[in-house]
Amino acid sequence: MHGNRFRHNLLTALLLGPATAWLVVFLVLPFIAITVFSVGERAPEGGYQAAFTLAQYANLPARATAFWNTMVLAPAGALACLLVAYPVAYYLALRAPERWRLILLALVVIPFWTSLLMRTYAWMYVLGGRGIPALLAYVGIEDIRLINTPGAVLLGIVYGYLPLMILPIYVSLERLDRRLLEASADLGATPVSTFLGVTLRLSLPGVMTGFSLVMILLLGEYLIPTLLGGGKVFFIGNALVDLFLQSRNWPFGSAIAITLVLVSVVVLIAANRISTRLSGARRVDLI
Amino acid sequence: MSKSYRDGLPISPDKFVDQLMRLKRGSIGRREFLGLTGLGVATAVMAREIGLMPTPAFAAENLGDRMSIATWPNYHDPATFENFKKDTGVAVEVNVFGSNEEMLAKLQAGASGWSLFVPTNYTISTYKKLGIIEALDMAKLANFDGSQEDPRFTSEGTIDGVTYAVPKNWGTTGFAVNTKKLAKPMTSWKEFWDTAMAEGDGRTMVHDYQLTTIGNALKYYGFSFNSLKPDELAKAEELLLKVKPHLFAVSSDYQPSMRAGDAWMTMCWTNDGAQLHRDIPEIAYVLGKEGGEIWTDFYAIPKDAPNKPAGYALLNYLMTPQVAVKEHLANGAPSTDARVNKLLPKEVLDNPILYPAADLLKPLEFGAAATLTDPGRAELMARFKSA
Repeated sequence: MHGNRFRHNLLTALLLGPATAWLVVFLVLPFIAITVFSVGERAPEGGYQAAFTLAQYANLPARATAFWNTMVLAPAGALACLLVAYPVAYYLALRAPERWRLILLALVVIPFWTSLLMRTYAWMYVLGGRGIPALLAYVGIEDIRLINTPGAVLLGIVYGYLPLMILPIYVSLERLDRRLLEASADLGATPVSTFLGVTLRLSLPGVMTGFSLVMILLLGEYLIPTLLGGGKVFFIGNALVDLFLQSRNWPFGSAIAITLVLVSVVVLIAANRISTRLSGARRVDLI
Repeated sequence: MSKSYRDGLPISPDKFVDQLMRLKRGSIGRREFLGLTGLGVATAVMAREIGLMPTPAFAAENLGDRMSIATWPNYHDPATFENFKKDTGVAVEVNVFGSNEEMLAKLQAGASGWSLFVPTNYTISTYKKLGIIEALDMAKLANFDGSQEDPRFTSEGTIDGVTYAVPKNWGTTGFAVNTKKLAKPMTSWKEFWDTAMAEGDGRTMVHDYQLTTIGNALKYYGFSFNSLKPDELAKAEELLLKVKPHLFAVSSDYQPSMRAGDAWMTMCWTNDGAQLHRDIPEIAYVLGKEGGEIWTDFYAIPKDAPNKPAGYALLNYLMTPQVAVKEHLANGAPSTDARVNKLLPKEVLDNPILYPAADLLKPLEFGAAATLTDPGRAELMARFKSA
């Protein structure tokens, strides 16, 4: 009995050990470091100088626009992603012929094997003057500019994060008990109300998982707006890059980073709550 | 020789893409691409391991087999590094940067892994103050001849009689215009900004760099490029915020957009202006008659350089006039070294992009150390970018 429990504890420790070590080294320690930085001061030549002040937090309104842009972009981008992803996931899970399903799923995932940077660079060339605009000029439509527009940023975001949205929705739809759909139809529901009342409702956990996953990644996004938006749209991620790499104001950058982490946690919890309430029963744990 | 943890690491994805893009737009050839990305080195190393290629011996000092340099985009003749490798057996990894602040940030954070880097004049006093660059051992730089250098361009490398950096080349900051799209001749920063809001609407780029973007906005009103006066900066901010919605991009990587025809006008450094004009003759390079920036890029060695002997060896190699000439022909920036100027072909010396008329050079100012590190200008830039 005693030995059994020991063995059980040892097993638990071995199983959790690597993940815990990983989290301590790459999450907890850096988090402590930026917390310390965030109450410090910028050294005259940039960098960090020890101090205890809340001045950096008091200065947060100086990046209010960046926070605001991010708070608008992240949900909007996630929503756009959702609108494109849901029909795809629906088709894959409920309509696609069995023998095609695996191939189609693979096609969704394969672009993910290439780095997001590479794929975004590819879009730069497709949307740039030698890409689609050159084709348009060939048929007589001159001087069309696609790159560095809000549309290009939206396209990049939807494209870049689509698989992260499709997969969780697909999983929840795939598990859907088809007999419920038949029951709903037998009891006289129209296809639309069956979809809204049964299919959509039961896939909500997947929707919320995908939505929060994409949204949290978008909260820290800076690459796509820089490359496809021409650096004209300033998100909190861009503010962070500039504070650490350009003006070297590490304390202020740290204060912003901590605020961003807190915001992300709040978003996660809220998404979790909403999802639990909407889907009625099951709790979804994201973290 | 101390080994950096970066030694032997493959090129990062960003850098790989960077080089791939340069290959695509023809800034470098395929061989150079292989060299810079390490694909060529990998092949060479494999060849050496199995005994196909002898390792060249270097008499004086053990230089190791690799080092890393931090520099600017499109700034070297890639053949330089291949030849250096042939002579010494040291493979050079090239890190490309977008701004001096970024370089400074990396060096401040420590363990940059570089054994040589290319800072601009106004950063050297800061590096010295922070104690992160080496006082150069001139005995190891026999090929450098201070008496042949133009002191106007080289003075900032020497502080209190100690040389911390030796010059690579000088240049100016003006703007490039695609004259097919914007035919009206322009000669001033005032015209640059006004055109950006009119005919150049949606097609104009400014640097993602506070020093030049704010500096050249200050020139609109005739203020100093280096101004730190709050009222003058407020005027510059007003202009920048007004122009912002009309811009194509805020980015220092303007060559691809200019080449593709997406952008018609951009703030531009000499060397990029010369490269663009060389390949696309309708792209002109203009110096604002109100003035603007003149600069010198230097070579310096970080104190924590993982391979100092190779850093010195490469620097000494680069100071050889015959090598430096090729560098200038490749990157298009003018030289500070009279020995190099003697070797440059006449058409280069007559090129007004590289060697502008004296009356255009006169009003130009060197950027100041305080301009770069001023927190007020950094915040202004953030407000401009987030507007």
